[in-house]
Amino acid sequence: MAKTEDVTEKKTRIGMPEQEPDERRRNFEEVPLGYSPEMAMKEASRCLQCKSPTCIEGCPVEIDIPAFVKLIKEEKFDEAIKKIWEKNRLPAVCGRVCPQETQCEGRCVLGKKGRPIAIGNLERFAADFARQEGIEDGSLQAKPSGKRVAIVGSGPAGLTVAADLIAKGHQVTIFEALHKPGGVLVYGIPEFRLPKDIVADEVRNLEKQGAEIRCNTVVGRTVTIDELFKEGYDAIFVGVGAGLPRFMNIPGENLVGILSANEYLTRANLMKAYQFPEYDTPIPKGKNVVVIGAGNVAMDSARTAMRLGAETVRIVYRRSRDEMPARAAEIHHAEEEGIEFFLLTNPTRFIGDEEGRVVGMECIRMELGEPDGSGRRSPVPIEGSEFEISCDLVIIAIGTGANPLLTRSTEGLKLNRWGYIEADPETGKTSIEGVWAGGDIVTGSATVIEAMGAGRRAARSIHEYLTKSA
Amino acid sequence: MHEIVRREEMASGDVILNEIEAPLIAKKAKPGQFVILKADERGERIPLTMADADPERGTITVIYKVVGKSTELFKSLEEGDSYQDAVGPLGQPTHLEKVGTVACVGGGTGVAVLYPITRGLKGAGNRIISIIGARTADRIILEEEMRAVSDELFVCTDDGSRGHHGFVTEILKRVLEVETLNLAVAVGPVLMMKLVSDMTRPYDVKTIVSLNPIMIDGTGMCGGCRVLVDGENKFACVDGPEFDGHKVDFDQLMQRLDAYQSEERESSKAHRCRLDE
Repeated sequence: MAKTEDVTEKKTRIGMPEQEPDERRRNFEEVPLGYSPEMAMKEASRCLQCKSPTCIEGCPVEIDIPAFVKLIKEEKFDEAIKKIWEKNRLPAVCGRVCPQETQCEGRCVLGKKGRPIAIGNLERFAADFARQEGIEDGSLQAKPSGKRVAIVGSGPAGLTVAADLIAKGHQVTIFEALHKPGGVLVYGIPEFRLPKDIVADEVRNLEKQGAEIRCNTVVGRTVTIDELFKEGYDAIFVGVGAGLPRFMNIPGENLVGILSANEYLTRANLMKAYQFPEYDTPIPKGKNVVVIGAGNVAMDSARTAMRLGAETVRIVYRRSRDEMPARAAEIHHAEEEGIEFFLLTNPTRFIGDEEGRVVGMECIRMELGEPDGSGRRSPVPIEGSEFEISCDLVIIAIGTGANPLLTRSTEGLKLNRWGYIEADPETGKTSIEGVWAGGDIVTGSATVIEAMGAGRRAARSIHEYLTKSA
Repeated sequence: MHEIVRREEMASGDVILNEIEAPLIAKKAKPGQFVILKADERGERIPLTMADADPERGTITVIYKVVGKSTELFKSLEEGDSYQDAVGPLGQPTHLEKVGTVACVGGGTGVAVLYPITRGLKGAGNRIISIIGARTADRIILEEEMRAVSDELFVCTDDGSRGHHGFVTEILKRVLEVETLNLAVAVGPVLMMKLVSDMTRPYDVKTIVSLNPIMIDGTGMCGGCRVLVDGENKFACVDGPEFDGHKVDFDQLMQRLDAYQSEERESSKAHRCRLDE
């Protein structure tokens, strides 16, 4: 076992043990192994218990961080998890995938001189403790309101809305298009970063509290928003995510062996193709893999390819290291596992063999010019710098757009010019009375916790609406 | 769970009909749309264009050819067994309107998909000339059903064991020479759809083809089913499955359909080994 940081001093942040890079790069087991109770208590004891804590401001769902950290320090783990549950229904997920460095931990006072307290690790510890000990949250039980809410999409936004509304006594039904609930937590984020058992447990907890989940139901096809109202739902929340893959639109992109990250990861994660042929869905196993893009999804794709036995995995990104959108920890993990980075490099075309399979990619070197609309310095091609990378699998991870399936079938639903739903950022209200929206289908690709924050605000507004109209 | 309420073997057991309980899908399904079926926990998601839907019985009917691991698994399901997952209806329905005379051309199992489209076009008031074909007489499916919704029906077999000895395109050529067609619909092997489209092009007869590329989710999320249509990428799952045959890049589609050939062999082999155990 390796430790990411030293454990020598009290003032030193306790690193979470991890699988060694050489070992983990060929398996799908989770990479960080979790704190022991001693480690958690020791880390928790570093918290200064600030009078006006800034960490809470950094949390999109406003967890009372100092309170739960203090409870861990005092070895009251069951109380710690209950404290978290007051604000966050998916702590085992958030403890693993939240970008704490830019949120709670980014605001921690300890971070000014040394390393901030490891809030994410502690959240994960408390949540895992609850799972292992079978601690359940009774706080959701509430007097039935007689109101019914339909939630479209079972990703982080939808699950949060469901939990919050159940806690207010409303009856919720979650509609999911795929055959398993969880949305991006299930099809997008790999097992080695977020074990699927954890997601299944969180969903099962919601079901125990009374949520009904209907999989294989494509709202917009199997049933429409109008029909849901006719079926007697009093309010509808739309959290369908931004699942439309973007492509490069360069020559050769339809060659066999070029996949969107959505397809690649869905095969691996949802369909468990990494266990092919025990599971029936195949996944292309490249020897020399190229991943285009440098966000978290690109890192997930690259690390998946490595685990499937690739000899080389290369991230190709048109900007420089500073602009890479992935979390620092993910980039670090990828590098440790032997993934190479071709920065300031942009693909210009794909090269295929006579059977239409990809065998290479032509790229051009870039240099950074003036800042663009996003504030990042925009890359400019260097003339005459073209070169070829040979590869037999290419994964395109350059972001997603708005999936129009539901929005096109819903008359009167106002969209912005990119096709995302226009919703009030404070309440999630859309242009249709009784319909709320939140998560990536409103903001475009963002994070799990931001979608949960949007779900939280929408649930508050839906509850207000339901109780007012009562 | 979606129970199989009726199961038939056709074409000497190469082709299977399943009528499946799926009331929500049956209520919405229109000709030309497809469903995705998954047999069990470890199964693949397989897209199949529906051959029929009965909203009153709450059932849908699919007819598929046994070609690999997953369809072998489907074939092993008996009446009373269930598919774990069924989702739909997916894709755009066929645009059914009165245009005049329509040639409906089907090859092999494609006839199963062609049938509801033909029925719909007939119902819209069109004159229907149907041409269906298969390798041998016993592989011709839905002949009587097709006859019932056609003004004229031609049957072809590759070996001459029934009807015209030769390909559907040979009959289509004759029809094109004597008739003024307003529309052609072709469903079958990709090569057949390509040949039909090539044949109708000089006559300027609009030709609709129904594609079934590799896909996962069926809702526009994976992009695996992208097809080059008129130089532009379309997703067969949400923009299709029907496209203008004169604009589809069939050669690329054929290459993309072969993407998992070696995995298919590995999977079928593993499956048979498990059956033998």
